[in-house]
Amino acid sequence: MPLPDVDGRRVMSRVRLSFTPAPVHVRTARLVGVAVARRAGVPEELLDEVRLAIGEACARAVALHRQYGLRDLVLVEMSDGPAYTVRVIDRAPIEAGLGLAALPPDELADESLTDEALTVGVGFALLAGFVEDLQVRPVDEGVGTEVRMAWPLGR
Amino acid sequence: MDLSLTTRAIGEHTVLEVGGEVDVYTAPRLRERLVELIDGGSRAIVVDLGRVDFLDSTGLGVLVGALKRLRPVGGTFGLVCDKEPLLKIFRITALDQVFPIYPTLDAATSAESSGADA
Repeated sequence: MPLPDVDGRRVMSRVRLSFTPAPVHVRTARLVGVAVARRAGVPEELLDEVRLAIGEACARAVALHRQYGLRDLVLVEMSDGPAYTVRVIDRAPIEAGLGLAALPPDELADESLTDEALTVGVGFALLAGFVEDLQVRPVDEGVGTEVRMAWPLGR
Repeated sequence: MDLSLTTRAIGEHTVLEVGGEVDVYTAPRLRERLVELIDGGSRAIVVDLGRVDFLDSTGLGVLVGALKRLRPVGGTFGLVCDKEPLLKIFRITALDQVFPIYPTLDAATSAESSGADA
């Protein structure tokens, strides 16, 4: 649970993780993200969705960095303000990062759809489906996209 | 938990039991195994997800890829899954309308054609 300060008020805590854009580290990000969520007080029944959404956002960032040959680290920032908020930040060109679209069912198994396009479309459907409070927007400084997700705390 | 893959034959079906986490890191191994099975002549494949505790979009993409490979050779492809969290993933992505999904292995292997639409 979040630590109270001397007056008994909650103090927002923050955990930052950055990792080389390699698939093997996405699991680490998921594990950390769920551990921090649990500690922040996210209801137990939401933790599977938190795990999946953080995984999808990080996998998407890793895929973009690899696609553009970027060695920059992927940044994940978790904080427990009024809600549990996770920001996943990539450094890929913005037009690539914002080009997200969910796929209609009849196109999912279409022969002409590449595996990459399918995975991107399905990944976005999962993010949109599991995260009620989801924002995808350009980063404030420099090049890249921020996927911001928030879940209520069970207090 | 890491990915585990076990193959066995039940009648004319090739059953691939998958366990652990299927994600962006482990999904390539699942893809390799499915390609091996199809290239090796398996035409009625059932993937049992009963011991899977995590499945992401990369894993889903691999399953769709297998279905698409089997289609032109007249094969069938079915999934076994009765876990609500995983079923929700299939519903949200609308992939429950793409795959035949059975609650038990028995149901999958005794289905007349185990997903003839595949």
